[in-house]
Amino acid sequence: MTQYMLSVQHTGPYPELDSPEGQRMLAATGAFTDQLVEAGQWVFVGGLESVETATTVDGRGDEIIVTDGAHVESKEHLAGFWVVDVADLDEALKLAAVATKACNDPIVVRAFQQV
Amino acid sequence: MTQEPRGRIESIFREEHGRIVAALARRFGDLDLAEDAAGEALLVAVEKWPAEGVPPNPGGWLTTTAVRRAIDRIRRESLRDTKHQAALMITDDTPREPTGPVEDDRLRLMFTCCHPALPPEARVALTLRMLGGLTVEEIARSFLVPETTMARRITRAKAKIKAAHIPFRVPDTSDVTDRLGAVLAVIHLVFNEGYLAGAGDDPVRADLTDEAIRLGRLMRSLLPDEGEVAGLLALMLLIDARRHTRVAGGKLVPLHEQDRGSWDAGLVAEGHALVRECLARVAAGGSRPGQYQVMAAINAVHTDAAEARDTDWSQIAQLYDQLYAVSPTPVVALNRAVAIAELDGPAVALAIVDGLDLDSYHAWHATRADLLRRLGRSAEARAAYAAAIEATGNPAEKAYLGRRREQLSAGA
Repeated sequence: MTQYMLSVQHTGPYPELDSPEGQRMLAATGAFTDQLVEAGQWVFVGGLESVETATTVDGRGDEIIVTDGAHVESKEHLAGFWVVDVADLDEALKLAAVATKACNDPIVVRAFQQV
Repeated sequence: MTQEPRGRIESIFREEHGRIVAALARRFGDLDLAEDAAGEALLVAVEKWPAEGVPPNPGGWLTTTAVRRAIDRIRRESLRDTKHQAALMITDDTPREPTGPVEDDRLRLMFTCCHPALPPEARVALTLRMLGGLTVEEIARSFLVPETTMARRITRAKAKIKAAHIPFRVPDTSDVTDRLGAVLAVIHLVFNEGYLAGAGDDPVRADLTDEAIRLGRLMRSLLPDEGEVAGLLALMLLIDARRHTRVAGGKLVPLHEQDRGSWDAGLVAEGHALVRECLARVAAGGSRPGQYQVMAAINAVHTDAAEARDTDWSQIAQLYDQLYAVSPTPVVALNRAVAIAELDGPAVALAIVDGLDLDSYHAWHATRADLLRRLGRSAEARAAYAAAIEATGNPAEKAYLGRRREQLSAGA
């Protein structure tokens, strides 16, 4: 078995949670997580607060520099992720196909290193 | 004791390469190991067969030798829990998952090499390397990229298969149509690259067309009930049957000028039989024919006509309508317009062609040029021929278009 991270690549602000889209997303992602738990494929799930609330800590130089915001240049940012435990990439991709519909965002699938 | 020339050994090896690598990949789950062990088995064959003769089952001999070499290598590299792994490998009791319609290691490997998670150019390279047994150098030469680039492409793809755990298995039936499309697309691309090389000095690269047909036949033997598999093989055979009449004196010879008596009758007959089989399957309530079956049917209509003027253009136009329904691309619309020109005249066809957004495609310019010529609009035709010559890298096609342009000047 291999663990994969299914990360949600979001662009722009999140939909309001009490909007119809917010409610739909909440229900759909919740149902997807339930499906993972039931199938014994669930390892972890977490949604992240908006990227505007991020703080970056950079210690590559001599000093530790703390700055407001996320140190990313792309428009897309990580909104949350699932960690699943499945046999292979094909199974992970099938789950990602459900996840992308649930949150209406692209999902990036990456295997965890096996050490 | 027969002296076996190295060439014969290499051709056996190439024929068996896919089988050897596929068997080892399933068993050890590692493409690099499978490939290296297959290469080592070839070296042993080259050493032994000239003296001892080719064994009765050379493929089995090579596979067994490769498996031994792979086990030796794993032992040498003393991986963790070697004992356990070696025990597992000697007995080979890994269950074969009963997933696909056919149990064949090569089919599994084909689906792995053509996995949609790999970049398309890597799928092509990996398929030719692993299943076709072509060397990296040969593949690089065929696609006109430096060998180092091709080697990197293949290495990266193998690394992704390993790291992302792309499985060696035939996808579930629910999944197979989509994935089968990716496999057929790779074979079709190899064929097209061979048949109308985009660049380079050879107008037709027979090594690529032959390899694509070989892979097409393999798929056909593994999935005999898939209409699109039969369709793709028929399409390639019907096009390949015309190979020798397609270029003369370094110039491309268009379909209507080809010497039809010199087409390969055997390939035409085989292609026609496959198309008839597809039609029968559809008539018996099978699924709607996909793009390869329709394209094969179009080529069957062309190859059915004893003379170019006997071509049943209305059937061809109808088939292009059908093709456009499953594959609504401007290139299909362009080809349909060529049939329309025969039925309704060049003016009707030109109106269709001018509406297509294809001005970087040489065939669009060439089709426009021909229609303009037929309408007597010589100056515009001349400009369109020039644009077509500019847009193609194929030397035979350039030569053909140049000749048409000259004829135009002479006639004008």
